[in-house]
Amino acid sequence: MKRGELIAVITIVCGLLACKFLAPKPLQFSPAVSLWIIILMALACLIILYLSIKGKPIERRVVFIFVGVSLILPFFMQFRLPIKVSPEVQASYDVIAALPPGSTVLVSFDYDPPSAPELQPMADAFVKYAFEHDLKIILVGLWPQGPQQADLSVEAAFAANPALREKIRYGIDYVNLGFQSGNEFVILRMGESFKAMFPVDQRYTLYDSLPLMKNIRNFSNVDLGFNLSAGRPGTTEWVQVAVDRYHLKMTAGNTAVQAPLVYPFLKSGQIIGMLGGMTGAAEFEILTEKPGKAMTYMLSQTFAHVIVMVFIVIGNVVYFRSRKEQA
Amino acid sequence: MEAFGIWLAALFTIGIISFLYKDNVLYRVCESVFVGVSAGYWFVTYFWDNLYRKFYLGINDTTNPNRFFLWVGVILGVLMLTRLSGKIGWLSRWPLAFVVGATAGLYMIAFFVSNAMMQVSSTIMPIFRGGWPMIIDNTILALGVVCGLVYFFFSKEHKGAFGAASTLGTWFLMVTFGASFGYTVMSRMSLMLGRFDFLFGSWLGMLK
Repeated sequence: MKRGELIAVITIVCGLLACKFLAPKPLQFSPAVSLWIIILMALACLIILYLSIKGKPIERRVVFIFVGVSLILPFFMQFRLPIKVSPEVQASYDVIAALPPGSTVLVSFDYDPPSAPELQPMADAFVKYAFEHDLKIILVGLWPQGPQQADLSVEAAFAANPALREKIRYGIDYVNLGFQSGNEFVILRMGESFKAMFPVDQRYTLYDSLPLMKNIRNFSNVDLGFNLSAGRPGTTEWVQVAVDRYHLKMTAGNTAVQAPLVYPFLKSGQIIGMLGGMTGAAEFEILTEKPGKAMTYMLSQTFAHVIVMVFIVIGNVVYFRSRKEQA
Repeated sequence: MEAFGIWLAALFTIGIISFLYKDNVLYRVCESVFVGVSAGYWFVTYFWDNLYRKFYLGINDTTNPNRFFLWVGVILGVLMLTRLSGKIGWLSRWPLAFVVGATAGLYMIAFFVSNAMMQVSSTIMPIFRGGWPMIIDNTILALGVVCGLVYFFFSKEHKGAFGAASTLGTWFLMVTFGASFGYTVMSRMSLMLGRFDFLFGSWLGMLK
């Protein structure tokens, strides 16, 4: 390790320890400080642009630092950005809100912790909403860690509203059927019989012993499907089998990477609505009146996107200038 | 114990992020631990979910007259393990053939219906319906589909009106790729946000 690198490592470690043991908790910037930070970042971007034009291109690590800082600093800022609800999120909410109390919703958690920042806020908002509006929910997972994410959402709902802990009963108001391997074949089999795929729930309770599942044989006994997906198996497989073959009414929440692939299903009416990425999650939180992580994250998202756009502009300016000089 | 777990997770997160500077020992240790833990986790999950929950409990479910069919899956699974042996390794082709055949059969119909026919039928529709925003939307959709298809038509030279349509098709494709890239950036930022939220919230306790 070089001397400079060693100094950088020691500085970072000391900084983190200072944050851990010395910084005020929680740390919040005043509006004036927030404004100064934004101005300083804009100035830094201008300096980078100037240096790049002068033929001194910056290292890629500088871009990483800028993106990192633009993601972190907004955590401590106190203002919120206005969020406009998109039609696809509104459609998702409308179909959920139209369900009468006692309706059964099948929620498939097809993601794992890496995708949780985008999908967990959707799941949390939905589960809280469902519990408060007396919707019965059946939780399943086609990804191994999906059912655990479902448990986290249930816990989050109870933590947010402790009265629900008394009111909501496992097996009657919700069940977690757990994970089942087999991807789309699981959905295919569920079209005939849920019990065949999930003979016991996650707690090894027999299917027939669960009061909620007494009258649930297959998709025809479910009022709505809500798929939270980060890849395969996910929304595409649910649409191909549960929607198109067994006519399940379905809405979906997807990671932003997946959203462009799911939009055609929305346009064709195969799914009713869609929550795309963190923006979709934030919009859903607004509609369900369950402010959560997604709304908090939106300021950081916006800052980071602006920084990415600024660096795209800088890159293009430098490119066109160098081309002109070569000519 | 929870605090220890949080510290461990924080150090592993920093270790993985350190790759952004350059490849280093800490990153390689974190990566190896992650791969090992993932493999172990998957093994344990599949053992309890498949072998115990699905097979063991299923075969002992006397109310299910079809429970003996579970042996078919078990036998195919065991045949897959014959791959480890040189002499009888050819037996592993049978379960593979079963998996490939079943998947192809399912996908042939499902993909054709959901991803092809349903999309075609939702594209073929009257342009002039609904209000002006809808008409503009439909026109862009129709134009995009036609020009996109023209771009991929290689039996005729892309010249004149045909060439113009092909160029327009290229533009539509570029916009699509751009939108897709934008969404990808958003997704990756979200993942990073999740880790920073953990570091500054759960670990450092600086967030509200």
